[in-house]
Amino acid sequence: MDIQDVHKNTKLLVDGTPYNVEEAEFMKPGKGRAIYRLRLRNLLNGTIADRTYHSGDKVDEAHTTSQEEQYLYKEGEQYVFMNTETFEQHLIDEAQLENKTGFLKEGMIVTILMMGDKPIDITLPIFVELKVVESETTTKTATITPQTKSATLETGYNIEVPPFVKEGDIIKVDTRSGTYVERVGTRK
Amino acid sequence: MENEQRRLIRLKPNLQRRASICEFIRAFFKEKGFLEVETPIRVPVVAPELHITPFESETWFLSTSPELHMKRMLAAGYERLFQMSHSFRRDERGRWHNPEFTMLEWYRTGADYRQMIQDIEQLVVTLAGELGLNTTIKYRGQDIDISLPWPRITVRDAFLDAAGWDPVAKPDSLRFDTDLIAKVLPSFAPGRPTVLIDYPSAMAALARLKPDDAGVAERAEVFIGGLELANTYSELRDAREQERRFQEAIEQIRKEYGQQIAMPQQFLESIAHLPECGGVALGIDRLVMFLCNADSIDEVTAFTVDTV
Repeated sequence: MDIQDVHKNTKLLVDGTPYNVEEAEFMKPGKGRAIYRLRLRNLLNGTIADRTYHSGDKVDEAHTTSQEEQYLYKEGEQYVFMNTETFEQHLIDEAQLENKTGFLKEGMIVTILMMGDKPIDITLPIFVELKVVESETTTKTATITPQTKSATLETGYNIEVPPFVKEGDIIKVDTRSGTYVERVGTRK
Repeated sequence: MENEQRRLIRLKPNLQRRASICEFIRAFFKEKGFLEVETPIRVPVVAPELHITPFESETWFLSTSPELHMKRMLAAGYERLFQMSHSFRRDERGRWHNPEFTMLEWYRTGADYRQMIQDIEQLVVTLAGELGLNTTIKYRGQDIDISLPWPRITVRDAFLDAAGWDPVAKPDSLRFDTDLIAKVLPSFAPGRPTVLIDYPSAMAALARLKPDDAGVAERAEVFIGGLELANTYSELRDAREQERRFQEAIEQIRKEYGQQIAMPQQFLESIAHLPECGGVALGIDRLVMFLCNADSIDEVTAFTVDTV
């Protein structure tokens, strides 16, 4: 494909490795060549690379498909997903999932991005509900009430929550920003 | 995705300021005796420039700049002209670009690029004053002091300082464009506008060469807050030299972009009568971005190519 057709989230193959375009910046001196600065995330190991292209350059689009699968469990450094119709399973390395692992709960349905028969990335639901397993207790004697406190979710993810959230509560989390949205259930 | 109504309401203060800026621009030029003109947007030929790609419109083109027609008017005897016109350049889209944009061009007989730089300086300072801003303008978190005169630096010195090579002695256009963006622009003092002057003769475009140094052209560009705001020339009046440059560009465009561009014959014929003059092309959208402290052209344009 032509470099000018590349946008944020285009999947490219560079030297045989699939990358996601995290940022694409178009710059051009008035009478000069167009320059495209791409920030690329390696879809196999999560590392970031910056590349510069010029007008007229061609790049290879990574041909991908996507399908819904259920997250089953973690096995060593790999996460196991299953297509609930065909029962086909796919393994994805922890490094490929980056910070998404903090929101993965067993049984959750996610979208798996495939290149051929190789899974390379997942898309999480925008909101997920997770249980608080540990949180600082707010001391009654404190003269200044803190606005937030830190808590640990069942996935091991650390998050800032309002002081009233207790261990055992279920909270809704925005997976795009990784932030607390609201409390949806409380320990009886 | 933000809905259209919310987006347009959010842009309203910027669009109101944009309208004021255009009124002040008209007043600025009328007061100086410039005549406002309108030249065609759909044209049979455009100036052949290697990296400016026109949209085709049947067998004609959408204008990439009003330059050729305005110069034909100068050749016919007009002395001071200005125009705000929609211009079109294919494949230009980003934070600073929309393929359809508004260009302000003005021409002054008896002037060279140095006087035109002063016009640009005065215009920006006047507009800031009319908008009730002082000479320090906050743009994207940076205080920019626009008091006059703005620092000038030659292309040769700027590249020697920031990129370690001399593009006048060793022309290399690919390296020039890359280093301009990656090294030279970031080396400019962020708190001041910068005027980059004396481009290598290979990048003269429609500018005349410096009489005492044929290695460089009398061409300058103004940068503010990382924005390329305006381009100015002492206009080339040598028809044969202009034809040679156009011919070279036509060949390169065919090779690099596969597009057929015709020679602007009528313009070349008029050049013989062109008086000594200077001209400026200034991107209105970017000027408005600067004066609205806007990050992106999308913040100062009601409908871009993505929202049209």
